[in-house]
Amino acid sequence: MAEEEKKAPRKLVPKKYPMPEQDPKERIHNFNEVPLGLDAQTAILEAQRCLQCKRSPNRKVCMDGCPVEIDIPLFIKQVQEGNFKEAVRILRQKQSLPAVCGRVCPYENQCEGNCLVGKKNEPVGIGRLERFLADWERKQGTPGQIEVAPSTGKKVAIVGGGPAGLTVAGDLARRGHKVTIFEALQYCGGVLIYGIPEFRLPKEIVRAEVDYIRRMGVDIHNDYVIGKLDTVDELLQSFDAVFVGTGAGLPDWTNLKGENLNGIMSANEFLTRVNLMKAFKFPEYDTPIRTGERVVTIGGGNVAMDCARTSLRLGCKESVILYRRSDAELPARREEVHHAQQEGVRFELLAAPVEFIGDDCGNVKQVRAIRMQLGEPDASGRRRPVKIPGSEFLIDAQTVLVAIGQSPNPLVPMTTPDLRTTKEGTIAVDPEGRTSKKGVFAGGDIASGAATVILAMGDGRRAAKAIHKYLMEGPSWPAPEVFEKLACEV
Amino acid sequence: MYQVVKSEKLTPDVIKLEIKAPHIARKAKAGQFIMVTPTEHGERIPLTMADFSPEKGTVTIAALEVGKTTRQLGRMKAGDELFSLVGPLGIPTHLKQYGNVVSIGGGIGLALMYPVVRALKQSGNHTINIIGAKNEKLLMYEREIQEVSDEFFVCTDDGSKGHHGFVSDVLKKLIAENKKIDLVYAVGPIIMMKVIANITKPYNIHTVVSLNPIMVDGTGMCGSCRVIINGQTKFGCVDGPEFDGHQVDFENLTARNKRYIPEEQLALKRFMEAK
Repeated sequence: MAEEEKKAPRKLVPKKYPMPEQDPKERIHNFNEVPLGLDAQTAILEAQRCLQCKRSPNRKVCMDGCPVEIDIPLFIKQVQEGNFKEAVRILRQKQSLPAVCGRVCPYENQCEGNCLVGKKNEPVGIGRLERFLADWERKQGTPGQIEVAPSTGKKVAIVGGGPAGLTVAGDLARRGHKVTIFEALQYCGGVLIYGIPEFRLPKEIVRAEVDYIRRMGVDIHNDYVIGKLDTVDELLQSFDAVFVGTGAGLPDWTNLKGENLNGIMSANEFLTRVNLMKAFKFPEYDTPIRTGERVVTIGGGNVAMDCARTSLRLGCKESVILYRRSDAELPARREEVHHAQQEGVRFELLAAPVEFIGDDCGNVKQVRAIRMQLGEPDASGRRRPVKIPGSEFLIDAQTVLVAIGQSPNPLVPMTTPDLRTTKEGTIAVDPEGRTSKKGVFAGGDIASGAATVILAMGDGRRAAKAIHKYLMEGPSWPAPEVFEKLACEV
Repeated sequence: MYQVVKSEKLTPDVIKLEIKAPHIARKAKAGQFIMVTPTEHGERIPLTMADFSPEKGTVTIAALEVGKTTRQLGRMKAGDELFSLVGPLGIPTHLKQYGNVVSIGGGIGLALMYPVVRALKQSGNHTINIIGAKNEKLLMYEREIQEVSDEFFVCTDDGSKGHHGFVSDVLKKLIAENKKIDLVYAVGPIIMMKVIANITKPYNIHTVVSLNPIMVDGTGMCGSCRVIINGQTKFGCVDGPEFDGHQVDFENLTARNKRYIPEEQLALKRFMEAK
């Protein structure tokens, strides 16, 4: 079949070449990665589905959908010809974390959403090709120091070693600046380490990506909480510029009655225990976690899917998603929903919690919920869920996970008096990532509010460009009024 | 990695470790805590800072050896290294000239009490300090606290030293004597802080307590440490650890701190058997 494919005229293969996955029955008992990746031959075949179409004024192509502007057709062309090394080089020009993005990007709405093949068939599997290349590169072994531009003598501090910060670090190190990352936790990676589970993003891969950035000459200080140790103002005394990428780490709550019962926790607590602290390996690791027989996860995003699927792997008998809108509105990536369904997660859609009921010892035992129906569209454009009177019902639960969103981390804004924030608590930034404080840039969830890994990386990419310009060309800075306006617009 | 420079037993089951961490020592203030992870497989636990020295570049922690993690710390010697140390965290004690400040500490709380009363004294307060333990052998920081006291009381449950009875008895006596009290600061077991808060409430004496809920990250990300203050959910790690004692829901805190007892017992059993 491979040989046929190589001969012209090419016949379009309507579907993506399937990527092998762990069987759902097996995988709910382990934390190993679910999709197993493409082999070289399949990657070449998948790449050959690409038509190498050209941009036209009225039609967007894959590259237009990529927040970090990867030259997708160019690297795919190299894969088509089996030149993986060259393909990696092209990918790496724009992408500091390819192994991560090849796994967690919402490609369906980005590159693959614009794919011409995808108009009538399945789009080219750009995400899985990216993953293939990153994994291929990693398997070639570690080449030691990564070559970067000659030193500029400029120093940049990065606050927060998550997707945004790592991208800025990589981009600036490549341009010859001396970069230092200050990370609050014991490992770099931010949400990639504490949030996204092992079975979706093995931590070994995150470590390898962080190591790649370190090998570009970036210094990393872990266990370093800016705002409690040095402030941003103090950093500005020894660095030429500061990038703040402290993320949206603050869990949102339902504020319903009974929410502080034992067994109810934020998605962040649950995932941090399991992913960062490896509670799934308790007692080999010391941090405990317990699910009980039924886990109810409130929310319908990627984080909620991660919680529900992690619960199954921890051994609960039933894992239930409680989401107030319908299937069509689930904010999670389709692949996550699909995987959760395959694994037996029960979706209790159009239902919202009303109160949490506890036993005599202060442990949660039930969730009182109510059925919803969809009304008129709200500000987000999605139809607003409306309670159906008299439709309350009870659902037993030993664990309830609240996965309804995160808010910006307040520590840096709180300790940097002249950093303008919006009423949502995000740092006000202009399109280049500049803040109201000269020399200070921000990006990722701390500037945008909770979003995705790749959008944070896109922010990082733009900020890195702006920082480079600021360091090399001169310190012009927008007037304070610009940020007053930005802060009010959001 | 963070090196232990000095290890000392304060009582048979309280370990005091002085650790090299110049960056933390430089910024630490009374009332703050640090997150400690002894080994890479270890648990992150919050420990109060018993002291810190910018000159020596060290911070000092004290821990009651009850579970696996604290017992692990208990075995650490000078030269050993801790996997992770994060701090200083939490809001420092609000220092000002209150007037007469009665500070009350019990058990392991005495370790945190010391830097706080020292700072209160330096802020120009008249410091009345009451310290307590089950018996004389379990008292700690006695001399250090006495040195920064204008008035000083020792209590033991069994009468082996000082007043035979609870720290709360001394507080009640001071109130009965119409002593002018501008602030009560209490740190120790939950039950002790609750009793103190109940005593001062009818007299409307401003009472600050320092809470120690279960934490994971310690930086405001997870909410494991949430406490109910005046009906509102607050995070012990970033909104605290100090709160108005009259507004704390101590029952909820007591229940929440028991969340992982079976797992804690299992971890401890394995640790003791592996020895």
